[in-house]
Amino acid sequence: MITDFLLHHTPALLVAVPLLGAFLTPIIGRISPIVRKIWVMGTMTLTSAIAVLLVYLVYTRGTFVYVFGALTPGLAIPPDSGGIPIRIIFTVDPMGAFMDLIVAVVGFCVILYSLSGDEKRTGLHYFYTLFLLLITSVLGMVSTGDLFNFFVFIEISSLASAGLVAFSVEQGRAVEAGLKYFMISTMGGIFLLFAIGILYGQYNALNIAMIAERMQFTSLDKIALVLMVVALAMKCGAVPLHFWTPDAYSLAPSTITAMLVVVSQASLYGLFRFVFTLYNLTLNYVTIGWVIIILGVLSMVIGVTMAIPQKDVKRLMAYHAVSQTGYMLLGVGVGLAVLGNQAALDTYGFIAIEGGLFHIINHALYKGLLFLTAGAIIYRIGTRDLNKMGGLGHSMKYTMIFFMIGALAIAGIPPFNGFASKLLIYESVYLFNPLLAIIAMVVSILTLASFVKVFHSIFMGPTLPEYSKVREAPPAMLIGMGILAVLIIAFGFFPQLVVDSLVAPAAHALINQGSYISAILGGA
Amino acid sequence: MAFDLTLLTGSGFWNPFFWLISIVVALILIYIIYAFGEKGYKRGTQQVKPFISGNPEPSKAGVHVRAGNLYWGYMDALKVYYAGLVPIHSGILTDYLLWLFSVAAILFVLVVLL
Repeated sequence: MITDFLLHHTPALLVAVPLLGAFLTPIIGRISPIVRKIWVMGTMTLTSAIAVLLVYLVYTRGTFVYVFGALTPGLAIPPDSGGIPIRIIFTVDPMGAFMDLIVAVVGFCVILYSLSGDEKRTGLHYFYTLFLLLITSVLGMVSTGDLFNFFVFIEISSLASAGLVAFSVEQGRAVEAGLKYFMISTMGGIFLLFAIGILYGQYNALNIAMIAERMQFTSLDKIALVLMVVALAMKCGAVPLHFWTPDAYSLAPSTITAMLVVVSQASLYGLFRFVFTLYNLTLNYVTIGWVIIILGVLSMVIGVTMAIPQKDVKRLMAYHAVSQTGYMLLGVGVGLAVLGNQAALDTYGFIAIEGGLFHIINHALYKGLLFLTAGAIIYRIGTRDLNKMGGLGHSMKYTMIFFMIGALAIAGIPPFNGFASKLLIYESVYLFNPLLAIIAMVVSILTLASFVKVFHSIFMGPTLPEYSKVREAPPAMLIGMGILAVLIIAFGFFPQLVVDSLVAPAAHALINQGSYISAILGGA
Repeated sequence: MAFDLTLLTGSGFWNPFFWLISIVVALILIYIIYAFGEKGYKRGTQQVKPFISGNPEPSKAGVHVRAGNLYWGYMDALKVYYAGLVPIHSGILTDYLLWLFSVAAILFVLVVLL
């Protein structure tokens, strides 16, 4: 009975559980801090378990269609609807499930870490309420098959993120960063809403599959595409729309920064979903492919070169996050640029897409880990200033090891996971345009140089007198970081397994517009 | 599904097992060199104190090379590049919005008009 319920309503539970958890947190949290911790941890664990179950179902049975309010959850088109899917529909294909998995893993590790890492904060009821709302929104963004529903979830993520960025109200700059994030996200939201309005006005539908089937690529569709690309490129932190990222990432609590990486990747998912599934071959894929490639190259180069001179450890990592987003845009952009050329798609385009998608999950793991290690250091010494750090390798050995794993992974050093995805990108992009691959490799070298500086500044040298009493991070924080570190190593040693079982089905789902449409419209 | 270590890249392959072997060999070599080291080393004695031509040892905080002192050569070589790049990151919200509208305008021309 319960098993049947779970199996039939998994997508609904995926957002219902964290949403309920979020709204009950301010009430339950008042009982005691211990109860609050158990409640938050329990909610996140259950959410992650549901997400993993959903991923399993999608990867073994195919796309999961869930219709809210229908007599049967799979009834996408009611008999009296005139052939239009009128209800909110979650369409979780392997691409969406792939993103669900990222949210589940990183969210679980972050909340585990947060139980110790954020315990000194005040107002934790509200902190965890916003945190769980953020989880809800990201899971919704990557699961929904409805454009307006996507907009609602992205707005929830913007509001929750802005509140969490500004959470340390005692730091005026955090509030300023939150306000900037809120304003720029609102503008992006307006762009997105306008684009959705244009599509709804033309096609009389909000369902992605329905619009995709009717897509004509008129001038209005082109305007909608531009608005979507700009809004989502901004949300994912692509250069030159990245300016909010160093402000928000550096001033948010470290746990939130790790989650903001996942939020950005959900926006990246949105960008890829709309370009590939909503428009696909109807758009000028060469032009849009090159637009995404150029955004990727700019992000890689400007992100890493802006990171090197930074003296705030989290600001430095924020610029690296921008740089790494560039790799994902480059890989998937190359795949899009050759979407209509089957020979090129088979030779290198599909592998470029695989590389870009593989880099998404790798980036979530190692960048999440790096932000958590930065948080552990700040938790112990109380500063983000690299000029004030040094010698912490003597007292924070485990944190240092985790940092090394994350740093080597982001720099693309074998055998860590970052190398595997970057190798796929280098080799496939080289066949498309050698110069782009060379730029990507140079950026990796600069990334390594930057993290050598950070490693030396934080951990090397003699124990500084002011840090002579510094201790290792608390166990809960170490466990959270440890899980991510183990996954980074595992993904590095078994890359083909990850590609075959997770990445390739997601890449196929992304480019195969027909199967997405038929999952909803079927025989309609 | 077999736990295949080899990643196929379309035009090549990568197997982390060879890298692992290299690391193990390197660690063995490091250990051999370490084993040839001075046996009479005593931790916490005068042996570990640095000798700087008879000058007193500076404070621990004084000898640590801080982040701001690293890569000055790189920064100096690229100061023209950074002179143009850094001011763009003004931190002013209206500038951020201006970039947003500018990119939208460029894409509008590229995608809609051309």
